[in-house]
Amino acid sequence: MLLLGLDTATPAVTVALHDGGQPLAQLVTVDAHRHAELLAPAVARVIADAGVSRYDLTGIVAGVGPGPYTGLRVGLVTARVLGAALGIPVYGLCTLDAIAADVDAGGGDFLVATDARRRELYWARYDAAGRRTVGPEVARPADIPVAGLPSAGEGPMLYPGLFPGGLGPAFPAAATLCRVAAAALESGDPDKLLLAPEPLYLRRPDAREPGAPKRVSQ
Amino acid sequence: MTDRPLVLGIETSCDETGVGIVRGRELLADEVASSMDQHARFGGVVPEVASRAHLEAMVPVLEGAFAKAGVKPDDIDAVAVTAGPGLAGALMVGVAAAKAYAYALGKPLYGVNHLAAHVAVDQLEHGPLPASCVALLVSGGHSSLLLVPDVTGDVSSLGSTIDDAAGEAYDKVARVLGLPFPGGPPVDKAAREGRADAIRFPRAKLHDGTLDFSFAGLKTAVARWVEARKDAGEPVPVADVAASFQEAVADVLTRKAVTACREHGVTDLVIGGGVAANSRLRALAAARCESAGIRLRVPRPGLCTDNGAMVAALGAEIVARGRPPSTLALPADSSLPITEVLVP
Repeated sequence: MLLLGLDTATPAVTVALHDGGQPLAQLVTVDAHRHAELLAPAVARVIADAGVSRYDLTGIVAGVGPGPYTGLRVGLVTARVLGAALGIPVYGLCTLDAIAADVDAGGGDFLVATDARRRELYWARYDAAGRRTVGPEVARPADIPVAGLPSAGEGPMLYPGLFPGGLGPAFPAAATLCRVAAAALESGDPDKLLLAPEPLYLRRPDAREPGAPKRVSQ
Repeated sequence: MTDRPLVLGIETSCDETGVGIVRGRELLADEVASSMDQHARFGGVVPEVASRAHLEAMVPVLEGAFAKAGVKPDDIDAVAVTAGPGLAGALMVGVAAAKAYAYALGKPLYGVNHLAAHVAVDQLEHGPLPASCVALLVSGGHSSLLLVPDVTGDVSSLGSTIDDAAGEAYDKVARVLGLPFPGGPPVDKAAREGRADAIRFPRAKLHDGTLDFSFAGLKTAVARWVEARKDAGEPVPVADVAASFQEAVADVLTRKAVTACREHGVTDLVIGGGVAANSRLRALAAARCESAGIRLRVPRPGLCTDNGAMVAALGAEIVARGRPPSTLALPADSSLPITEVLVP
């Protein structure tokens, strides 16, 4: 197994290569506005750093968000086109699940929240076993039922007053996406956790149907 | 590198997901998926709707283009993509896709200028461009006059609209007349039944000595004229309004295009962009070019609107000249200047 993992649903552009047992290379760059520039060089770099050929890849796993749309699409179109060109499968993983997989909440429920812009957050709740029990949803920070639970993701860092117990990590790690995907593939029931590489936008496009043309004469 | 490179072109600057494949100046495939129907009820292109549609359409359109061209991905010599100008979020889908494809296949990547591609596409129909030509590019997003000594590297702006693009004025006038979006085809159709000299609408900037355009005042003049009829309780002669508006647009565009050719001693005019499909613009341009001794080149309507073939056509020309490719860090630039034909 040789998996390429990537996630662009947060300000972090993260790319990793994983052989199913361990990560071979990972690159993370945090820059919310340059996903389109950063991603492809990062993919080329991790593959070169790991000393493998792109033709050896057996699958791709991409974070499907939820996340700010433009960056999210850069990751998904990259994963889909690479998959099509190389003739290998492309899997999706909820970005919040990838963050949750790296959380050590000490045996209780926890939240993951990431920046949705427009003063909103994407969030989900997880149980002690790391299974998502609520979400993913998009909401104003004050409307999220935090209930004193510890939380991970960038959301608690952006709204520290609302989230009492902030845990790491802030961003997903592509090596974790690979690890989760590898385990799911080996479990024989990948569909339980892995998704199609379809974006989780959670909002409709902003657009209003126009009324009658505005009057121009006095 | 061969002088007839096999080039894949990807275009996503607005609402069309286009993938074209050319071999030199020979068109092999031109696949387009349009999200226009999804924008119609909003009366204009909604950038987020367009970007979402690009993501969904990209792989199917790519595969469709290869099937149509009858070539294998491994056979291509290069991948070209529109790097700008256009809608930022829409451009990024195409740029990211092109990078992924180029990287997966181990082929060079060329980020090119959308407006230069509108000029280069004419080579697929009418052969090599002359040593120097003037290009009039008119669409929903652009209204520009360009001087093109070399479409692969030497293009400059002679003038452009200071407010609305010509296609935008068509959309707004269509709305005032109760015609559907996009406004170009229905206004053109309605105009055929009307008299072009029925109403004298303003021709802004016609004699101002520049090669710039302005269509915002014309659009408002049409709206005001229609309102006055309605206020008076009279029916609106839709065909006459459409024909008179269209005449004003075509008149200014073609006069300034001919002036541009004269001022720069150029004897070839290329017209491109979605509005180049307009029947009156084509007819008036043909008549005026003939009397001015200018050769007119207008691609067929399917190649005038946004498509991937035009990007492939420009890419092939750039590859044939041996210009250096872009890097995988190629940015999408929504306001890419026309002087930048190839983005490093």
